[in-house]
Amino acid sequence: MTLLYTEVEEELRAAVRALLADKCSPSALLDRASRTAESGTPYDAELWKALARDIGVAGLLIPEELGGTASREGGASAREAAVVLEELGRAVAPVPFLSSAVLATQALLTAAGQKARGDVAAELLGRLAAGETTAALAVSFAASPYAPPSPVATLGEDGTVTGTVTGVIGAEAADVLLVPVRLARSAKQGTGLCAVEASPAAGEAVRVTPVTSLDLTRPIATVSFDSAAARVVATTDGMEAPWVWEALVRGAGLLASEQLGVAEWCLTTTVAYVKERRQFARPVGSFQAVKHRLADLWLEVVGARAAARNAAARLAEAPAGGPLGDDAAVAVAVAQAHCAAVAVHAAEECVQLHGGIGMTWEHPAHLYLKRAKADQIALGTPGDHRDALAGPADLPAPV
Amino acid sequence: MTWDEASVAERARAFLAEHDPAVMDRLEFLRARFDAGLAWVHFPEGLGGLGAPRGLQAVADRELKGTPDNQPGRIGIGLGMAAPTILAFGTEEQKRRFLRPLWTGEEVWCQLFSEPGAGSDLATLATRAVREGDEWVVDGQKVWTSSAHTARWAILVARTDPDVPKHRGLTYFVCDMHAPGVEVRPLRQITGEAEFNEVFLTGVRLPDSLRLGEVGDGWRVAQTTLMNERVAIGGTPSRRTMMGVVAETWRSRPELRTHDLHQRLLKLWVDSEVMRLTAVRLREQLAAGHPGPEGSGMKLAFARLHQELSGLEVELLREDGLAYDDWTFRRPGTVDFIGREAGYRYLRAKGNSIEGGTSEILRNIIAERVLGLPAEPRADKDVAWKDLPR
Repeated sequence: MTLLYTEVEEELRAAVRALLADKCSPSALLDRASRTAESGTPYDAELWKALARDIGVAGLLIPEELGGTASREGGASAREAAVVLEELGRAVAPVPFLSSAVLATQALLTAAGQKARGDVAAELLGRLAAGETTAALAVSFAASPYAPPSPVATLGEDGTVTGTVTGVIGAEAADVLLVPVRLARSAKQGTGLCAVEASPAAGEAVRVTPVTSLDLTRPIATVSFDSAAARVVATTDGMEAPWVWEALVRGAGLLASEQLGVAEWCLTTTVAYVKERRQFARPVGSFQAVKHRLADLWLEVVGARAAARNAAARLAEAPAGGPLGDDAAVAVAVAQAHCAAVAVHAAEECVQLHGGIGMTWEHPAHLYLKRAKADQIALGTPGDHRDALAGPADLPAPV
Repeated sequence: MTWDEASVAERARAFLAEHDPAVMDRLEFLRARFDAGLAWVHFPEGLGGLGAPRGLQAVADRELKGTPDNQPGRIGIGLGMAAPTILAFGTEEQKRRFLRPLWTGEEVWCQLFSEPGAGSDLATLATRAVREGDEWVVDGQKVWTSSAHTARWAILVARTDPDVPKHRGLTYFVCDMHAPGVEVRPLRQITGEAEFNEVFLTGVRLPDSLRLGEVGDGWRVAQTTLMNERVAIGGTPSRRTMMGVVAETWRSRPELRTHDLHQRLLKLWVDSEVMRLTAVRLREQLAAGHPGPEGSGMKLAFARLHQELSGLEVELLREDGLAYDDWTFRRPGTVDFIGREAGYRYLRAKGNSIEGGTSEILRNIIAERVLGLPAEPRADKDVAWKDLPR
């Protein structure tokens, strides 16, 4: 295990970065945000197609035998997905990578590992890996892995799904919605994961209603199912849904890399600005009050990189389908507790040190602040992740 | 030859086969270890090393675990600061003379850098060295000198040319702490004890053979020492960490726990884990031959973490935190973060952000050298040292 970047990872980064530089500049993002702030989806379908299909990022977590590129023998892994997330964070790119290629994919992988209904999961994973289909996991983005929500949708006797899920990311861009459900078709208790096709043919049975979102580049939606046709991906007798937990905790571990990317852009951009901007006949960046804040921020980002790489490396060692070990769970919690706060701090400093321009709509700083703040709530807050460390660190709470 | 994990381990086992620590004198064992190149494997052959990658030291240490060590805490300044500077700038003769007894701990070193008028602005220092034939005559006063009372040698920066701007008029020496004119006085600290000293240098005569580097090049030589000092202070992995000590208090005193302290303690646990991972990453970069700038921040992070942890521990202890273990005026050879109680740890940890470069100076270094931000305007540039206002 290494915390450094491998050559292959750097090549992947370069490809993603070049594409984003070309197709996802800050000014293009601002245009898109202005056009879609009131209505419509901000997702960039062209950009997502190029990333998913041409570069092949959609299949990074999916094993080779299911059509992806993940393998134990030098193939892709969570490490590569993390590098992609760093770049997507650096660009606050409006693409459904986290929602489809990480969260939905991870839920399917865990379900596929349950064997019983692995065929549906395998078929969906093949479509996702090819970049032809985009999926979303219909769970609130604010859900914590340490208190996963009980399913709010129900699988009826007739095989259709009914219920409403709020706070879902990537739903507007999804062809397939993966819905955790309660089983209502027999006397026995149980939960499951269902796949609902969100094509226009579904009509009123599936409704994705955008909610005005704090994060302009990653909208949330309310997803309603009204007797929607569904395929069962997995079921379990108990109320514990491992696919949801695995998706949330692994997603949280990888989200740290997106937060690192957000923080890096904020630091780099701010450093460049204070070198140029002059006040009192000096570059603003020559004042110690400013320099010291940026030095502290740099140190936080250095720590964020180490923590995010550690989480990605530990997740890569615990391939999908298998349960997550204690070391990986600790690495995820540490990375989230640190990186979420660093991204928010970096974005706040970015706005502050840009002065008035930082508060305007026309400067991209606000896109990063909005992403960072939403990411802080996503998949468990820093406090949730810290609490989760009390056990492994043997620092018990007061009685 | 090219060394790898297996060959270094083999070397260490072969050494142990010929030198049984159970029957050998401790010092003889350490000298033999040095001669076998297993003291610091990245040093050159003949100087305690094998010319191997620095990362392989861990292999040697692992193989020799449980054998007599050189009490690194007691000789930290020699190991962390004097040795790398001597290696980089010393003559062959100086390296042969100093490095072995330094490593075995037979000769303790201290550092004569700071002065009452030159702390963060170290290059302003006024201790002067005047050449008389083959000797230098040194006069001045140094301060904050750890271990001066036990040291055999010191690394010393002195002014040899007051007519040029301050950074250019300095020369670096090895100072003989037993030479006539060297006087060491304890400096009692905030903790009650005196691990620091003042050192008065009056007409101290040093042969030119004790000069390290060129005349007038002392600032560049000192940079090597200071860089290594920060790595030594910020980067030393220790078996028992301050986090571990505070965690033990937390576990053993459940009646003191509150929710507020619990969240703060967990945050510090995360901080120390992040610092550990940063250090791991830094070591990997060094081993891969790409030293990253991460090292510049380690001491800064370490100082903050120590202060917050020790401060939280005193607060956690409540009534016991009001008491202090011992105000006796003593002169210890090392800092004891583990053996003393929380109050001592808190007071001593405050010094971590001052000694070896204040946190403010380190932030300037990061801002200017890593982030490339412009320096503040300076009033002392291009002005001869003797003309600077004092």
